[in-house]
Amino acid sequence: MTEKVKVRIDGEVISATAGQTILEVARANNKYIPALCYMEGLTSVGACRLCMVEVSGVAKLVPACTTPVQEGQAVATTSPQLDSYRKIALELLFAERNHVCAVCVSSGHCELQTLAQEHGVTHVRYPYSCPRLPVDTTHPRYVLDHNRCVLCGRCVRTCAEIEGAHVWDVAGRGITSHLVSELQRPWGEATSCTSCGKCVQACPTGAMAEKGWGVEEMTKHRTVVSRLTSMREGS
Amino acid sequence: MDKVKIGTCWLDGCSGCHMSLLDIDESIVGVLRKADIVFGPLVDAQEWPEGVDVAVIEGAVSSQDDLKLVQTARARSRYLIALGDCAVTGNVPSMRNGIPVRKLLERVYVEGADESAGVPTDGVPPLLRQAEPIRQAVKVDLHVPGCPPRPNAILMVLSELLEGREPDLGSKLRFG
Repeated sequence: MTEKVKVRIDGEVISATAGQTILEVARANNKYIPALCYMEGLTSVGACRLCMVEVSGVAKLVPACTTPVQEGQAVATTSPQLDSYRKIALELLFAERNHVCAVCVSSGHCELQTLAQEHGVTHVRYPYSCPRLPVDTTHPRYVLDHNRCVLCGRCVRTCAEIEGAHVWDVAGRGITSHLVSELQRPWGEATSCTSCGKCVQACPTGAMAEKGWGVEEMTKHRTVVSRLTSMREGS
Repeated sequence: MDKVKIGTCWLDGCSGCHMSLLDIDESIVGVLRKADIVFGPLVDAQEWPEGVDVAVIEGAVSSQDDLKLVQTARARSRYLIALGDCAVTGNVPSMRNGIPVRKLLERVYVEGADESAGVPTDGVPPLLRQAEPIRQAVKVDLHVPGCPPRPNAILMVLSELLEGREPDLGSKLRFG
């Protein structure tokens, strides 16, 4: 028997199942909390910090995607402070690498771009770091452009948890963190890659794309991962 | 009542933002009832005049000429708009930023040349170390991103300013 809990989200009393996260409960009740590293069907890691919410009685902000609901919890999904922090998080993502929307395959279908527009980010207040980053074109069907990567890890988790191949990992520390395929082998030489392309569909930006698409043409099938998980749970 | 004075200029960009400005079509007639365009690629004036009300700047700050022009525009204008992704983020011009200028010029004008190889120096301004967003050089009052910003966004911004209101891009905000 699953235990039911009552929580308050933005003032509204909502009945949830113990063990669900604040983000899951909020989304199931049509309450919007922004998120980038979260993807339905994957383990949550709380990396992007966009889903931070206020919980009454808790002094610090908590990530909604990894915090389970508790009986009597009161959650605020928006506030001037949260909006300000979310804007900062988005601006820092833009400043860290080279996100040039005008020449990106995912422009118009990019979650980072959409979040920036939704949050009224008209410009980035921090200096751009303009790193020189490689583009891995060694895979016959897909391309990895490190310039557009936000290190959300959705590709890492999709490959490990859904495909079971675990081709991707994050290497390095801090600002030098970067995505690697199969212990630093180029993607095209990674023998464990099944070329299923689910990492490409899970990627929120233009960091991973199918080859052969021009600017703005790479639309993604984001529901692939969630659908697979729910089908497997149902079997 | 005196007309509002608008100055426009085009730094390291492709002129697409100016094209988008012209793309407001016949609405420009309404704008010009209340404003004069006193400087820019669309008019003959040779120097950014004093007493401009609204400066509309396209492009990234990429060369010493760009820097001088944007500083002059800032000093002589009350309100400054960074128009388009190059002016707001650096955009395509900033894709050179990871490469030292000397190497970049040699790659293009020496290694990349079939004849007359040599980095040009006459009549071209020296490049800055990086192509920067305008806000790295001067204070910006309003950022209007887009590649280019859509004509309806430009028209809304100009119309709001001409009515004395601070424009809010809202749903017209977009990058790329």
